[in-house]
Amino acid sequence: MLSTYFGDPEARTLAGWRARGGYEALEKALAMDPAEIQTLVKDSGLRGRGGAGFPTGIKWSFMKPDGKVHYLCCNADESEPGTFKDREIMRWTPHGLVEGVALGAHAIYAETAYIYIRGEFTEPIARVQAAVEEAYAAGILGANAMGTGRRLDVHVHRGAGAYICGEETALMNSLEGRRGNPRIKPPFPAVAGLFGKPTTINNVETLTTVPYIVKHGAAWYNAFGRADNPKSRGTKLFSVCGNIARPGNYEVELGFPFGEFLNELCGGALPGREIKAVIPGGSSVPILTREEANAAVMDYEGMVAAGTMLGSGGVIVFDDRQDMVKQIARLARFYAHESCAQCSQCREGTAWTTRILERIAAGDGHARDFDTLLSIGENMSGKTICVLSDSCATPVASGLKKFRHEFEAKLGPDRSRGVVPALPILGKTAAA
Amino acid sequence: MSDNTGPKMVTLTIEGRTAVVPEGTSIIEAAKTVGVLIPHYCYHPGLPVAGVCRMCLVDVEKFPKLAPACATTVMEGQVVHVHNEKARTARTGVLEFLLINHPLDCPVCDQAGECELQDYTFQEGRAESRYEEPKRFNPVEDFGGDVMYVPNRCILCTRCVRFMTEVADDPVLNVSERGDRAFIGKAPGHDLTNEWAGNVVDLCPVGALLSKDFLNKARAWELDRSASICTGCSQGCNITVETRDNTVVRLKPRSNDDVNLYFMCETGRLDYRWINRRDRLDQPQVRSPDGALRVMDWEVALDAAADALRGRRVHVLASPNASNEALFLAERVREASGGQGWYRVSYGHEAPLPGVPDLSLRAERAANGTGARLLGYHELTGAPTIGADDAVLIVDDTLEQHATDALLQALRAAAVLVHAGTTLPTAIADRVHVTLPLANHTEEEGTFTNLRGRVQRFLQSRTAPGLARPSWYVLADLTERLGLTASLAQPAQVFDALAAAHAPFAGLRHATLGLRGRLVANAAEFAEANAGATT
Repeated sequence: MLSTYFGDPEARTLAGWRARGGYEALEKALAMDPAEIQTLVKDSGLRGRGGAGFPTGIKWSFMKPDGKVHYLCCNADESEPGTFKDREIMRWTPHGLVEGVALGAHAIYAETAYIYIRGEFTEPIARVQAAVEEAYAAGILGANAMGTGRRLDVHVHRGAGAYICGEETALMNSLEGRRGNPRIKPPFPAVAGLFGKPTTINNVETLTTVPYIVKHGAAWYNAFGRADNPKSRGTKLFSVCGNIARPGNYEVELGFPFGEFLNELCGGALPGREIKAVIPGGSSVPILTREEANAAVMDYEGMVAAGTMLGSGGVIVFDDRQDMVKQIARLARFYAHESCAQCSQCREGTAWTTRILERIAAGDGHARDFDTLLSIGENMSGKTICVLSDSCATPVASGLKKFRHEFEAKLGPDRSRGVVPALPILGKTAAA
Repeated sequence: MSDNTGPKMVTLTIEGRTAVVPEGTSIIEAAKTVGVLIPHYCYHPGLPVAGVCRMCLVDVEKFPKLAPACATTVMEGQVVHVHNEKARTARTGVLEFLLINHPLDCPVCDQAGECELQDYTFQEGRAESRYEEPKRFNPVEDFGGDVMYVPNRCILCTRCVRFMTEVADDPVLNVSERGDRAFIGKAPGHDLTNEWAGNVVDLCPVGALLSKDFLNKARAWELDRSASICTGCSQGCNITVETRDNTVVRLKPRSNDDVNLYFMCETGRLDYRWINRRDRLDQPQVRSPDGALRVMDWEVALDAAADALRGRRVHVLASPNASNEALFLAERVREASGGQGWYRVSYGHEAPLPGVPDLSLRAERAANGTGARLLGYHELTGAPTIGADDAVLIVDDTLEQHATDALLQALRAAAVLVHAGTTLPTAIADRVHVTLPLANHTEEEGTFTNLRGRVQRFLQSRTAPGLARPSWYVLADLTERLGLTASLAQPAQVFDALAAAHAPFAGLRHATLGLRGRLVANAAEFAEANAGATT
């Protein structure tokens, strides 16, 4: 579905996209009542593909025809380590995204939509910008969108390279020209979002999927997925990277067996190697061992059952050459670097975690560091404005649990730094 | 307070106590009403909520996660736990995080003793550190104005940033960098020279923003503090005068929602050295037959002053920084003899604080110009007309600022010159018949009337030099000798006599002024008359 035209340069142009059935869904949708589209998407079972998996139709249904100015934000700030699915959508099918954005804006009673694209995505930005310009020139967007008399404006905004700006409220702050700091919720974006107006934020993949649902119907989309799980329907893009034979983007039906995915579709481990660990949904989710990964099922519930999360669908594979301590330290360093510095726990905790891990990785750790790491993680989780702090603590905790032997193998001599021995009391011996 | 048209009230339980607060109140404010202080750093009632320090996390029953008390509004029937295991553990965690990169240099930090990081760590922080890594270091930075920034002590609560951005409307400060590399940055080419910038030092809960003026001057626990009113302008900001060994070392704003909220300006804050001046009059003196001023004891001097004034028309030249009480008693003398009452005042630039309605550094640079006007004094511009047989009673006009030759000539030409003040002006020193040493406003008790007609008390914070006495005391002794008032033994009695004698003050009683003041009867006129000038 989404990946059909990956690699097909003609699909990038308006003419090419139209020849492939593009903008038919938008035309159909503009003739529909927004509430009808909301119901349609609700019935399709589509859930947010950015990572949280919130049902898209329900999110849209928060937007009522209340006469207020509404905004749609398309989150194209794809920065989760290991995730590169949105990039491919924007590179190959930019019109698919523009169509989805225009359709989504109509569905939530908005006239204006913003596509917030990660600043480093130079090619995707150029592709999407070109598609938007083509769409304006063709009258698909603008004051009289597709001749319906409705106004639909789409603006492409280039981010400045902060991971946190992919968090929806930070994204809105960034769009407004403020520092990209997450906001306290409530108020939720549907009540007071961008410029204080009701706002919906959707991921690129989510919005690009919607035209297919409008075109083929909710039941058609709902038919994808494993039969025994009514909660995860449709298909999903997975980006696979790391120590694997065939890395790249794969679109599979939700409910696909993860073992088959890794070993058959992606070709398994590199020759002579063995897969050791897999992060299934972007760097923020708990790490799986090979055994756990092989038994997991690729949908929201399946991954939860395996003790992790589907997340953004960024699959990172580690083979037996990899030093897990080093890998986890690298992940923590990423979060420490990207913490927005608002919440005390995240600002200090991510950096502290990184320093401890890097010290252990350098062979200067002590067993008590494990307790400290877990305790810091506990103090960092569930207590901050956004989940960046939790995202740092999660892989550390799961890595420490599942690969503890690797951590233990790295421990160095106890230097007892920072621990001051009790001073002997005058007149008494310390031993007493 | 409560009436039927008021906001809807919400009842909730905080730490087992029942709080009834208006709808929309935050949990942190609701807790204050039942005597529970929820530890916090970034929250400040005078600033927009940030919710970033995560110190005020409380356990609300039926909430999945701990909730920030500053950013969570109360709901009917809510049950809030502040001191249970879950909330306390979270706070201990926050304190540990805040301290890992903190230099722990309390012994050399100005904030020690009034530091919220120190207080809460002492209350519920960990006794020992688990941090074994090197600490982050950033150099001290001069922020300009009176402010110095010590980034290593900063907990990034952003109170200063929010004050400058939202309240002072002068966004000079920002959070620069990310992660634990973050620090408070200053816009290039700008300094904290805003008239209200000094408030960031008060707002800073730790020792990160310090007053350069106060730097290393005193430890917080050595200071004595008393409630007072700023004499810098007619706004009448409520302040705390802080003294060390009888010397005023710092002025701090004292909150009053009706006047200055939590703030005071730099002009008021830094203008305190004159209070400590050493060239004060400290003994009563009377001119002897040989022409020299001789030290006398109080009774002799007061008799001499009364004798000199008796039977003459007495004009009064009073300072607009004199208390209502002193102005009232001097006015008795003037009024009984048919003389004039004058005051002289300096003017400066106005500097409103945009985020707070009706708060500004006012052009009239005196605390009690309104009181003087209400008590029948007129601003003196140019030279006064003084008859050849008239007496002049000078009440603490130092004649230091813009005293023209014409004014001095006129005063010198008066038949009798009685001076009551803190210093003896040299220009008239050879002409005064009696000089009576007065306490300044930090050395006595009294009231000022601000530009909105709010009568506010100030209390004594230090002792007066030598034999100097409170102005109300000296002038009451004089009016009693002249048969104009009964014996008045307390400043409260003087104020109540004032209220009985002057219509604008009718209905006010010293006992009910409190420390937030009361409005005079015709205060509405001031609000209207001045509304145009400030907007």
